Amino acid sequence: MSTTSALPGRFTRRRLLGGLAAGGLLAGFDALLPGWAGPLAGVVRSRTPGPVEFDLTVARQRIDIAGGSALAHTLNGTVPGPLIELHEGHEARLRVHNALDEDTSMHWHGILLPFEMDGVPGVTFPGIRPGDTFEARFPVRQAGTYWYHSHSGLQEQSGAYGPLVIHPAGGYAQPFDRDYVVLLSDWTFEDPWTVLAKLKKASHYYNFQEQTLPQVAAQGQWRQWLAWQQMRMSPTDIADVTGHTYTYLMNGQHPAGNWTGLFRPGERVRLRFINASAMTYFNLRIPGLPMTVVQADGQDVQPVETDELQIAVAETYDVIVTPLEDRAYTVFAESMDRSGYAAGTLAPRLGMAAAVPALRQRPLRTMADMGMDHAGHGAGAATAGMDHAAMGHGARDHSRAADPHAGHAMGAVAPVDHAAMGHAPAADPHAGHPGMDRMPPASGPRSARTGIERAAPGPVLARHGGDSHGIGNQAVAMVQRDRTAEPGTGLGEVDHRVLVYADLLARTPARDARPPMRELELHLTGHMARYMWSFDGQKFSEVHGPIVFHYGERLSLVLVNDTMMEHPIHLHGMFFELDNGAGAFRPRKHTVSVKPAERLTLLVTADEPGRWAFHCHLLYHMHMGMFRVVEVA
Amino acid sequence: MAGRCFRLCGALLLAAGAAVARANGAGDVPADWPHAHEDDHPFGYFLVDRFEYRDDEGPNHVLWDAQGWYGGDYRRLWLKTEGERAVSDSNGEVELQALYGQLVAPYWDLQGGLRYDRTFGSGPDRDRAFAVLGLHGVMPYRVETDAAVFVSEDGDLSLRLEFEYELMLTQRLVLQPRVELNAAAQRVRAWGVGRGLNDLQLGLRLRYEIRREFAPYVGVEWVRRLADTADLARDEGERVGNLGLVVGVRWWF
Repeated sequence: MSTTSALPGRFTRRRLLGGLAAGGLLAGFDALLPGWAGPLAGVVRSRTPGPVEFDLTVARQRIDIAGGSALAHTLNGTVPGPLIELHEGHEARLRVHNALDEDTSMHWHGILLPFEMDGVPGVTFPGIRPGDTFEARFPVRQAGTYWYHSHSGLQEQSGAYGPLVIHPAGGYAQPFDRDYVVLLSDWTFEDPWTVLAKLKKASHYYNFQEQTLPQVAAQGQWRQWLAWQQMRMSPTDIADVTGHTYTYLMNGQHPAGNWTGLFRPGERVRLRFINASAMTYFNLRIPGLPMTVVQADGQDVQPVETDELQIAVAETYDVIVTPLEDRAYTVFAESMDRSGYAAGTLAPRLGMAAAVPALRQRPLRTMADMGMDHAGHGAGAATAGMDHAAMGHGARDHSRAADPHAGHAMGAVAPVDHAAMGHAPAADPHAGHPGMDRMPPASGPRSARTGIERAAPGPVLARHGGDSHGIGNQAVAMVQRDRTAEPGTGLGEVDHRVLVYADLLARTPARDARPPMRELELHLTGHMARYMWSFDGQKFSEVHGPIVFHYGERLSLVLVNDTMMEHPIHLHGMFFELDNGAGAFRPRKHTVSVKPAERLTLLVTADEPGRWAFHCHLLYHMHMGMFRVVEVA
Repeated sequence: MAGRCFRLCGALLLAAGAAVARANGAGDVPADWPHAHEDDHPFGYFLVDRFEYRDDEGPNHVLWDAQGWYGGDYRRLWLKTEGERAVSDSNGEVELQALYGQLVAPYWDLQGGLRYDRTFGSGPDRDRAFAVLGLHGVMPYRVETDAAVFVSEDGDLSLRLEFEYELMLTQRLVLQPRVELNAAAQRVRAWGVGRGLNDLQLGLRLRYEIRREFAPYVGVEWVRRLADTADLARDEGERVGNLGLVVGVRWWF
């Protein structure tokens, strides 16, 4: 394809409204674009706003992928599936044809629609039988970057996912010249059912970064090592499935495939990062290029500039970058456990590449992750000390102010650093005093802070009660913290800026200013060794009915992570507001990563009637029981 | 044949469990819709922990020690077998256990069932059966533990404790210490079992995981008969202790 014709022109609000050549009803058009799933994939075009019909065929076919050849679940013949572009305020008719010899389904991740269109077999519809077609028809009520994926079996692992972009009715808040989807995923040549069976038999199967005895001896960490052994856990449990089997893909390309997004120096490039992985969190950075985050989970946020961000499974982040030099930049997505990476290039011309950073040393879980008290006895304190010393966390802030969570806290409360949360000290931001909400800054993006500055564990909000959630749960978070201002696993040691949830402020205040009428607490539970995953100790097969949200109510949903790994928790059909101290400017998200031993509050307005899936978006966790249905009635 | 029977029993067991506790967390959905996520379907696992040639002070031996399960997260059927035979004269002994296990605590399965022992070789084969009650799991500090009491068909009571530990030297090189202790409440002369502590076995194996599933190893195994059992052995002209070098392979599927 010719380089110039693949590129949209200057892409401003006016140009968007004016529209470009292609327009109207675009049935299946994108599938025909040369280059999707090729090295130049991911170009988002501006089109004339209007209703969109799209045909998507799910098939099982042999394709070239990840440097090899494999049977995959393809969508219109490719992995990932085609880019679907919709327009806010217009209708979407998305037809899914099943060319498999098994049932399939398609879930429109993050999309507000009638629940019957949501595509979860057994919850919203019976699934799509072989040879059948399902049409999801709905008015598009939102804008932003989203994605779609099969919700049947483990089809998502083997390719049934794709990007979905909705152009806003009123134009974009921030101008940009180029627009790319950067969809990240994890590919394995193993049968996903084999992967699951291996985890079930030996949960550490894919971890080849365990602590070895010589390492422990060399670092003199015997006490810490014994503490982990005593707990029958491993501090290296960062990812269940790793680069040992995964090839990490960027827009369907493995690193050698070098996905490339073109730019002219000085242009503003919008990158729509979508983590369509089954199991992989990524740390994203573009060495030499700061990223201005303008959207999270499809929802505009006040621009904030960072050097690195962690993207949980199923999250999306839109960033704008302005490469000034006439050279290539590497878009580097390192898996959180640092066992591999996806990478591509931003370049002024095709065929260029920049240096690819080395993988950093794999991180270790900390005692804060374990829900242990730093002020506790022997082993806990020793290990906490180890983590901060060994990982170079020098900057623990002792000059802390009052606790903004005091109103919610149930147990011992530690002080919190307001400054560390990136806000001016205010009265309790969780109490919802409208007068205290910060307004958007006058000009220029705010700046995130460095990982080291953010490294200290957040304030303790509560302690765990007596319920250990039954025999299917391994441990509980004795000490539950607010960790929204902490960097993601492994980023507490970096000396450049990293995005944390506390940095996200919605561009516009929440529409529903009511205080929550009800609080619902759910614990994320599981058993790594048996590979059982659950809420409140109960797998989906063990619960007898849905979680009920009353239609119209304003609800506070408290998630407590009793496990020692992050879980990206996704609610279908509704956004929740993440209580990160931003008051009315709480960011709206469809998927929120709950850190180990974190106590996280989400505010929900239950205004979408129906049955909605609610689950951990780590595919094998969901499939092994960390799944519930929310009924809004 | 045994495998098929094992699998069939497992299926029946799970079907029974499912019939009792079939829940639908999705709520009021049509009955003919599929279940959203089958998080309770059965898995199976079989581990040959030790399959080795042992260079003993006396006649050399081949030994195996394997176990497997089939079932869900809470209830599993277990099969355990171990045995050894002399390389020179084909005399040996085999033990088989079929157990039902119930998860009773996050790291512990309570297991109950039957054990069958049989000797083979030059003399007439002898056998005996036991009832088994055991606790199988992981102690703090990650000590793999298999503790069982046995009551023989003659009412003789015995106890076995097995502990294994894994030390990672590299990502693939694993050092595995192993301790086994046997004790009996009664003397059973025909089987060479004395009253009290019977024997202590200490093993140390170093394996290399070519794949997680397949690991050749070398090691040493030290056995010492104790107390009354040692006396019985002396009476029979058998060794009281042995230090053997082992070479073998550990695999699972």
